[in-house]
Amino acid sequence: MTPLLQVRDLVKHYKAGGLFGRSATVVRAVDGVSFEVARGETLALVGESGCGKSSVGRTILRLQEPTSGQALYEGADIFSLDRTALRQLRRRMQIIFQDPYSSLNPRMSVGAAIAEGLEIHRLATRSEMPGRVAALLEEVGLDPSYAKRYPHEFSGGQRQRIGIARALAVQPSFIVCDEPVSALDVSVQAQVLNLLSDLQSQRGLSYLFIAHDLAVVRQIARRIAVMYLGRLVEEGPTEQILSDARHPYTVALLSAVPEPDPTARRNRIVLSGDLPSPSNPPPGCPFHTRCFHPLKSARCTTEVPPLRSVGGTVAACHYAESTPRVSEMSVA
Amino acid sequence: MTTVLEVSNLRVSFPGANHTRFSPVDGVSFSLERGKTLALVGESGSGKSLTSLALLQLIPDPGRIEAGSSIRLGETDVLALKGEALRRIRGRRIGMIFQDPMTSLNPVFTVEAQITEGIHAHFKVSRAEARDRALRLLQEVGIPDPAERLKAYPHQLSGGMRQRVMIAIALSAEPEILVADEPTTALDVTVQAQILEVLDDLRSRRGMAVLLITHDLGIVAGRADRVAVMYAGQIVEEAPTSALFANPSHPYTQGLFASVPRISGPLRRLTPIRGTVPAPAAWPSGCRFRPRCPQAFDRSEIEPPLLSVGPDHRMRCWLAEEPGKSTAR
Amino acid sequence: MTEALDVLLGAWRDPRGRFGALVLLVVALAALIGPLVLPDPLAQPDVLRASRPPATQHPFGTDQLSRDVLSRVVTGARISLSVALLAVTLSMTLGAAVGIVAGYWGGAVDATLMRLVDGALAIPRLFILLLLLAVWERVPLLPLIFLIGVTGWFATSRLVRGEVLRLREEGYVRAAEALGARRRRIIFRHLLPNALGPLLVAATLAIGDVILLEAGLSFLGLGIQPPTPSWGGMILDSREVMVSAPWTGIFPGLAIVITVLSANLFGDALRDAVDPRSA
Repeated sequence: MTPLLQVRDLVKHYKAGGLFGRSATVVRAVDGVSFEVARGETLALVGESGCGKSSVGRTILRLQEPTSGQALYEGADIFSLDRTALRQLRRRMQIIFQDPYSSLNPRMSVGAAIAEGLEIHRLATRSEMPGRVAALLEEVGLDPSYAKRYPHEFSGGQRQRIGIARALAVQPSFIVCDEPVSALDVSVQAQVLNLLSDLQSQRGLSYLFIAHDLAVVRQIARRIAVMYLGRLVEEGPTEQILSDARHPYTVALLSAVPEPDPTARRNRIVLSGDLPSPSNPPPGCPFHTRCFHPLKSARCTTEVPPLRSVGGTVAACHYAESTPRVSEMSVA
Repeated sequence: MTTVLEVSNLRVSFPGANHTRFSPVDGVSFSLERGKTLALVGESGSGKSLTSLALLQLIPDPGRIEAGSSIRLGETDVLALKGEALRRIRGRRIGMIFQDPMTSLNPVFTVEAQITEGIHAHFKVSRAEARDRALRLLQEVGIPDPAERLKAYPHQLSGGMRQRVMIAIALSAEPEILVADEPTTALDVTVQAQILEVLDDLRSRRGMAVLLITHDLGIVAGRADRVAVMYAGQIVEEAPTSALFANPSHPYTQGLFASVPRISGPLRRLTPIRGTVPAPAAWPSGCRFRPRCPQAFDRSEIEPPLLSVGPDHRMRCWLAEEPGKSTAR
Repeated sequence: MTEALDVLLGAWRDPRGRFGALVLLVVALAALIGPLVLPDPLAQPDVLRASRPPATQHPFGTDQLSRDVLSRVVTGARISLSVALLAVTLSMTLGAAVGIVAGYWGGAVDATLMRLVDGALAIPRLFILLLLLAVWERVPLLPLIFLIGVTGWFATSRLVRGEVLRLREEGYVRAAEALGARRRRIIFRHLLPNALGPLLVAATLAIGDVILLEAGLSFLGLGIQPPTPSWGGMILDSREVMVSAPWTGIFPGLAIVITVLSANLFGDALRDAVDPRSA
């Protein structure tokens, strides 16, 4: 069964500063990322700011051109499609954005925003549109009468739903969810997560769910891929990663998530130092400057560890077999 | 247990349509103890940020603090202070850290300038002495290479660093109370852990009272001694942390717990609170949570006061007196 | 279009905005209706009625050629407002077009266009106009409007380009791209409507500028040509009788001041009304 989406060695570098191409700093936002998403599945792409996860999402949709690499959707090479074919692809692959306050045009009514996809791809006649828009609004849990209103009349959670309705209008099979709940309050977050989950089962959607919150990701993703400084450092089934992570960064990430349970064991790994700049990543393993693995060696500063199978996941660490678990470590 | 700050019946109002006024903070009372952290938990629209601003009389125009409110700092009535007397409280007795380190630091001044500004505002010291203190503060908040960092500008620092600098600034005048308004919300989770560690450390070393404002129950569980949950301008539940987590009693608190995703424990579908947060200009009558409450009953039409549900544990819900009506599992 | 109404109401609520808008309305009404009810300013000179001070029959007095000053001021209003509106429309359209192309296409196109604009901005507008108008003597009305309009779009293009650069990064523009929208749709549906706010403010303020400019040119004899009345021209004519019949020059002068002031006040109020709403 060919996976719906295959990404191989995706690289996206940005040039910052520099005059007329003279020694500009290169920001290596995405530095060789590969993964697959199967039909009907959700893969979560997790990492902190600067890891490149949002760039990955935007690049595979070709909202930005990649520096190199390949992305195949249903076998077709996304990066070599011409304008017309790309426009066709836009019906199959959609995106939901993080910021509900800037993702809707303030001068367009909600109904017009949702219908835009229908207009662009001529998926409905003038007379059919109101009906389709109403149906979409209901599907995301909003009153159809909202179509006449404007974005500023709605809360963050409602705007996110409108954004989801807009993406659904063209009937995609794959949606990149770029931190869709990060900007929402706790209880609204839960509503939108449930909605996304339900839509997935009702419509057979596949998601690339980009987020930084592991607890959120657990609710919706069957597999998790962890990014650090533009590279994938670990990938595997969600519960496996949560219980037996093999890359030290993943372990640190997990232990840093505050648990709503005052009686929980408070063994927190506090990483030392700061995140290195993506324009100047460390040589060898990108994580070695902050790594606490007891076996960390000189090899880590020179050799980039490849992703390899360890236990139930794949991890990019020379010493992944013996990565300490959180409970084994003393508090930093 | 020494009480350093006592807030009673705080009410903040803003002008609304047709010459009416509405109160996003509507009768809030709490106290801060030396060396302890009180967490003020709530979502947007609960009034928690305004509450913290009120402590330093930083409420933006045209809002005002209503008569009948009281904020007592030891012997001093903060609300009666104006001008120079008020300025001497700000920073010197109550320090504040804001949410977004990106915008809370002045981009055109060095770190040293911004920290020493606070020092000079409250102490008569020489520039050299002030610089020394700034250096020690940076060390205290865990910034490596503090001498170098003093000369840096905010844009040269990472988010975590900037937040530490903000903490250093807040501490520069040696306050006895620290108000931290969502200090880690804009930060990555690993950085968040670092910052919370710093705050905890400072609190115990300096014996400060900390008011921690957040929406993150995980942070509360790990770092607060006592919790007050806010909804629609009021405190709806308050208890020591362990008691609140062991026995969340107010339906809103219960709803919050049910909608928070967890990283461990059994995976279950989240049960969000239905409906949306009411707008401050239109608080529902009676119990403000009633329109969204799965356990509302006839008495909810009357606004409940804070009632006891356990030792030092109170909630604003009639179910405290009529537990039989509760439908919670 | 409720957003537009909201902004206008916002400007109206501001006392400056209300004053400006009302005065402009009065001037516009006078310009429309005035010439229909007042005596013809081009009437035959009558020595007996020349240079009469303001009285009931001639509320603004008469000039040295016995023409009713009020009629001339009102007809002049018609001319000045028309010139201003048409020239500003031209400038705004050109400026918006160039700004959008530069901002959205970016790269070499943007660089070239902006360098051209920089060059044009370096040369004073008045200088260019004086040069052109001095060479082309007695320029007719439409070419005059065209010249004023075509020399006034440079700053606007920078303004619009700036807006477009900002808007390009907005979520909804990305969303439209992700939906497969063509460039044209993005420009007209998403960029332009959201850049309209600052553009309208610039337009309103430009009206005041153009009225002053045209008055200045007419005063120098290079703008509106007699016998068509224009405020600047009236002031020019009044020079010889400034001491004996000052009303000949005062009233057109006041007209200029009041109109330009009102346009600026309204523009200011409009800018404040537009500002807080932009995300």
